[in-house]
Amino acid sequence: MRKITYLAAINEALDEALATDERVFLMGEDIALYGGSFGATKGIVQKYGTKRIRNTPISESALAGAAVGSAMTGMRPIIEIQFSDFITIALDQIVNQAAKIHYMYGGKVSVPMVVRTASGSGTGHAAQHSQSLENWTAHIPGLKVVQPSTAYDAKGLLHAAIEDNNPVMFYEHKLCYQTTSEVPEEKYVIPFGVADIKHSGQDITVVATGIMVHKSLAMAKQLALEGISLEVIDPRTLVPLDTKTIIKSVQKTGRLLIVHEAVKRSGFGGEIASIVAESKAFYALKKPIKRLGGKSIPIPYQKELEHAAIPQEEDILAAAYELMEK
Amino acid sequence: MNLMEPILSNQAGLLLDDFEKMYRLMWQIRFFDEQVEELFTAGKIHGTTHLSIGQEATAVGSGYLLKPTDFMTTTHRGHANTIVKGTDMSAMMAELFGKKGGTNHGKGGSMHIADSDTGNLGSNGIVGGGYPIAVGAALTAQMKKTTAVVMCYAGDGSTNEGSFHESLNLASIWKLPVIFFIENNQYGMSSSIKQMVNIPFLSKRAESYGFEGKTIDGNNWLEVVDATSAAIEKARSGGGPTLIEALTYRSRGHSKSDKREYRTQKEEAQWQLKDPILLAEQQLLAADLVSKEELIVWKEESRENVQQAIQQAKKMEDVALADLETNVYAE
Repeated sequence: MRKITYLAAINEALDEALATDERVFLMGEDIALYGGSFGATKGIVQKYGTKRIRNTPISESALAGAAVGSAMTGMRPIIEIQFSDFITIALDQIVNQAAKIHYMYGGKVSVPMVVRTASGSGTGHAAQHSQSLENWTAHIPGLKVVQPSTAYDAKGLLHAAIEDNNPVMFYEHKLCYQTTSEVPEEKYVIPFGVADIKHSGQDITVVATGIMVHKSLAMAKQLALEGISLEVIDPRTLVPLDTKTIIKSVQKTGRLLIVHEAVKRSGFGGEIASIVAESKAFYALKKPIKRLGGKSIPIPYQKELEHAAIPQEEDILAAAYELMEK
Repeated sequence: MNLMEPILSNQAGLLLDDFEKMYRLMWQIRFFDEQVEELFTAGKIHGTTHLSIGQEATAVGSGYLLKPTDFMTTTHRGHANTIVKGTDMSAMMAELFGKKGGTNHGKGGSMHIADSDTGNLGSNGIVGGGYPIAVGAALTAQMKKTTAVVMCYAGDGSTNEGSFHESLNLASIWKLPVIFFIENNQYGMSSSIKQMVNIPFLSKRAESYGFEGKTIDGNNWLEVVDATSAAIEKARSGGGPTLIEALTYRSRGHSKSDKREYRTQKEEAQWQLKDPILLAEQQLLAADLVSKEELIVWKEESRENVQQAIQQAKKMEDVALADLETNVYAE
């Protein structure tokens, strides 16, 4: 099968959705001719025109709110927030409006919209352009939260997001954009709430998200040479979360390592750890649950500092050794 | 013979029959909110409510001109706009009572009443929260090439929110069919708008976005009708947005707990003389098309309509605990 980049996979899913559903349209800053800050919408405006591929002013609140209003009245907007940090400016519309309208209106109105956004560090963009804030929205009932790590997942999950009748937060990691994987040319949908076991193993369950999936997979290969076998689980969607796959795996391995780039304190890893601790898998644990997450600091600019701010492969390695200690 | 000349002449071509309906609506709004106040004081309504007593002409003079296919967003003080847009008062009252038959199945309450059947996209608990949503609904109308317009009701205080700026600019550059109707009732909670902006009229702000803004006497229904009718016609024919600032007065406090220490009784009394229903009555009688007795009948029937709505709402079932976790997500 052909291999394409994560970025191309997103572009392809958008293209397919625009071609098949005239209610679908895109809004965002510099998404038309410029193709979006990271190039996800390159070439799209030439095909669908500026009525459906709409460049907006630098107005995240109006952008998100216009998506809410158009979604409530029969359209299926997909918006791009250039950097996930800028969601802060759109949060009223996402958290107080989009997330609550279906419930607050007694189920009579739905808000089918997708918020695509680039998150994560590693590109030297420093503190205001590098955060991983997915846990904020995972906390809000009414939102669904997606975090694809591979090109294959990105395409299938984006289709699921577009077809979903709820507001969906779609977090794309900047360092994933240039990764490649096998991606079918035709449309396919990956249902939400189904985790993917990206590497099977017996000794340690590693639940990783976003770019940490790639780092964990690299370490799984390396540790296999030393006779330590990692089972790498990518939840793919935080809301809904496939708790079953995680619990089942921990029952098998008896060891749990959670790795995410977001700041460890109050991060989603705490949620996963709690779910396992509250489940029957608790009795299978041979060692305390281990979490790796970003340090409690703003993401710094300088390359070495930036690197040290979040979990790296060596940290995963050290954590694995620690979990395997007798 | 034009029946409406000269006293009730208006640009929307409204006739006596329309004025009767509008007059009844004004009383329904007044009685509805007075009853809400009473029921709230008696502990029959939970939470909080915001009343628009004294602002009936802004709601009726503008909302009456909307078609059922037009959309509307409104504020936390949204009962009046909701009634005019056509929502059944018993469903509204049921919502305040937390009944399953309420507009929102008892899950929204006073600040979130919405009604998709009448194009009412909802009241909003967030000041300024409705602006971007109205813009989005107007975008749908434009993209689907319907002739729907969106009436975006907002208060004076919300014009200092960032969402006001972002939304008015976006509506202007995309020439969207939306009317930003600012009900300037002089106060954002306890803060006089005069202390919160340094311009004489909020309508001046429209100019900076490239469209027309107009300040009108919001207690005079004819002025409201004329300004709204022009704005709707412009929006419907692709002319883009308009801002209307309707000057009016919030007779009651911001919400239940408000003792109104920030304003004088003298000021309240002065506005009382400009009561919108009183003014409408004077105009109707001066036009010599309707008798005092008829007006009393319309008024009393409106009172009765509200009473019936309350009785119907009371009979409805409470929302069940089993519904607690339903409708968090759409299917």
